[in-house]
Amino acid sequence: MSSFQPPADRLWWKTPVGKDEIIWIGIALVWCLIMFFMMPYWHLYGKQNLSSEAYQTTPAKYKASVDAMVERYKTGEEKGIPIVSPPAGSDIYVMGRLWQWYPILELQKGSSYRLHLSSLDWNHGFSLQPVNINMQVVPGYEMVLNITPDQAGDYAIVCNEYCGIGHHTMLGKIIVKE
Amino acid sequence: MAQFRVCPDSGFYFDKSAEQLMKVNAVAGVVCLLLAGIMALGVILTRWQTIHLLPADMFYTALTSHGINALIFWIIFFEIAVLYFASSTLLRCRLAAPRWAWLAFALMVTGALLNNIAVLSGKSSVMMTSYVPMQAQPHFYLGLILFAVGALIGCFVFLGTLVVARAERSYEGSIPLVTFGALTACIIAIFTIASGAIILIPTFLWSIGYINHIDAEMYRVIWWALGHSSQQINVAAHISIWYLIVGILFGARPMSEKVSRFAFLLYILFLQLASAHHILVDPGMGTEWKIFNTSYAMYLAVLASMIHGLTVPGAMEVAQRGKGLTKGLFEWLRKAPWDNPVFSGFFLALIIFGFLGGITGVVMGTEQINLIIHNTIYVPAHFHATVAVGTTLTFMALTYLLIPVLFRRGLFLPRLAQWQPYLFAGGMLLLILFMLGAGTLGVSRRHWDIGFSGALLSFEYPGTAYMMMAMAGVGGVLGVVGGASFLLVTVGSLLFGPKLEPSAGILESFGIRPLAAGVYDVERPERLAMAQKLPVEQHGSGGFEAPGTFILAMLLLVCFVIYYFINWDYLSSVWPMG
Repeated sequence: MSSFQPPADRLWWKTPVGKDEIIWIGIALVWCLIMFFMMPYWHLYGKQNLSSEAYQTTPAKYKASVDAMVERYKTGEEKGIPIVSPPAGSDIYVMGRLWQWYPILELQKGSSYRLHLSSLDWNHGFSLQPVNINMQVVPGYEMVLNITPDQAGDYAIVCNEYCGIGHHTMLGKIIVKE
Repeated sequence: MAQFRVCPDSGFYFDKSAEQLMKVNAVAGVVCLLLAGIMALGVILTRWQTIHLLPADMFYTALTSHGINALIFWIIFFEIAVLYFASSTLLRCRLAAPRWAWLAFALMVTGALLNNIAVLSGKSSVMMTSYVPMQAQPHFYLGLILFAVGALIGCFVFLGTLVVARAERSYEGSIPLVTFGALTACIIAIFTIASGAIILIPTFLWSIGYINHIDAEMYRVIWWALGHSSQQINVAAHISIWYLIVGILFGARPMSEKVSRFAFLLYILFLQLASAHHILVDPGMGTEWKIFNTSYAMYLAVLASMIHGLTVPGAMEVAQRGKGLTKGLFEWLRKAPWDNPVFSGFFLALIIFGFLGGITGVVMGTEQINLIIHNTIYVPAHFHATVAVGTTLTFMALTYLLIPVLFRRGLFLPRLAQWQPYLFAGGMLLLILFMLGAGTLGVSRRHWDIGFSGALLSFEYPGTAYMMMAMAGVGGVLGVVGGASFLLVTVGSLLFGPKLEPSAGILESFGIRPLAAGVYDVERPERLAMAQKLPVEQHGSGGFEAPGTFILAMLLLVCFVIYYFINWDYLSSVWPMG
């Protein structure tokens, strides 16, 4: 026995450390620093970064922004949900509510947009598939992401934050056109 | 007044009240594990799409119950037993304030019952995280609060026992490493419970109508100081148990007391910052805040885990080499007691915790990489590697040791016990690997139907995702069978296991008269002596004390580096954003 006995040396903090441990601690520390600096590096040179732009809002205020966009840029409807085609570079809005993502957005490939996300009720999870971009959508907060869809196609927004019994029916859509 | 008994096999001194409290806490934990396991079966058989067992409401109830019982109640009950063991038993000291410890236990049982009643009624299916503004019944929160208060009292009983041991000079020198690790767990637990109180008390008041609004983002930030840190208690606790197990089985001593204790200190200082892992894709947090916190300030807690990853098996290797198992790099490991569930449980937990739990945790906690992983089923895959295998399997391994030592019973169905760690770890390994795969394909966690039945719009995950969820189902069922085997052996041993005679014969061979089990005839145990100084010997090779372990550690690093950059590459393929 020993790991559960008091250390053999009363001054255990003054005992020498073996070669294995010193080398390993050195290697591990270097690796930890590399991992740490990868994050700021990616902010400078990488293309996929999280924005820290966000605003406090209220459900009514956010819904008003969404409705204004829908009224202005609505181009069609699918199963009762408006399809909206806002111009490149504009502010676009997606709203999560029980149990729907609203509205359907139609975007141009290669153009950038300011995507606003918020929820009218509970927490929701914005999970864009199959590209696999996942964001937390929190009521009372409006997050803004600058996105540039770089592939055309139909994308689904799955809700991946549990939001009650109809959670699995909460699907939305983003269409990216050539 | 005599109050200690000596375990004739292990030589541990058990204070009577500490012993009873360890027993009741461990048993309460195992009951919660049983409930968690039953719920696990419902969850995994529902997510296996071809079976899709439960209706949506029952699925979310089962998932809530599984999470809370497995991640909170089972583990913390068991940890309180571990704290009492690491203080009273290891330091040969009476338990401080046993009445308070009983009050703690009563509060924890009441809390666990209240919370379980709320969840099982089906009206509090809010998941373990209970994000506001989704609301559970008031007794859901009240149960958690009572449980936490009980656990907090347990922590103070542990600290009090350390004070008593010091004052009564029941040991020489510094506290043993295992107790030091338990102290680390206790300090983290106090931080955790304080954070829990800050958020759960207002949430409880909100649920009964005294407060009309709780900010949803504030809730998430503070709740995760409870939610993530509670899992850091486990890390500190199960690593302490690893040191204990290698000490008991191999007579191993730490390669360096200084290094191992320094690593625990790093946990105390930095581990809690990891709450930020859950907030990386939330609105409103600054980039610097995210980078600093998610990396535990430059990954200093990861450094600590990497140190333990070397020093735990390293300590075992040095001890084994000292016994003559010096051939090649791995004779010490090959000739380990692989049929002893205490060893196999510990070693499987160590490997899966490090290679899968550790690596995936760091990868998904990287600020930008989190956006391809957040809330996918990759996340539960990660924490099944850390908690379900790392912590739970370690606790199972320790239980196999406690059955003879603490409960004085022989194992019921010892052959089953031999296989149990392999069955459980094997099943969980399948579950973890396939859930990691499905998560990479974007499959959502906490989702009743990835076929989206009844949805207005439609989406199809790739066929591979369905295949992976089915394979995860197979693994999960095996894991549940492994868990059930553990419960069968444990409960069977307590009810029908052969009562150990005063001694199983270990002491007689040294010519010492064994004491009868359960006889508390020791008034004051002999003071716990410092470990003996060892003559300087070198059994390793190339100047390394533990060359085999060093190679294993380098293998871990290579896997880590490759997998880390694979994920950056994957990230670079998604839409540009900023």
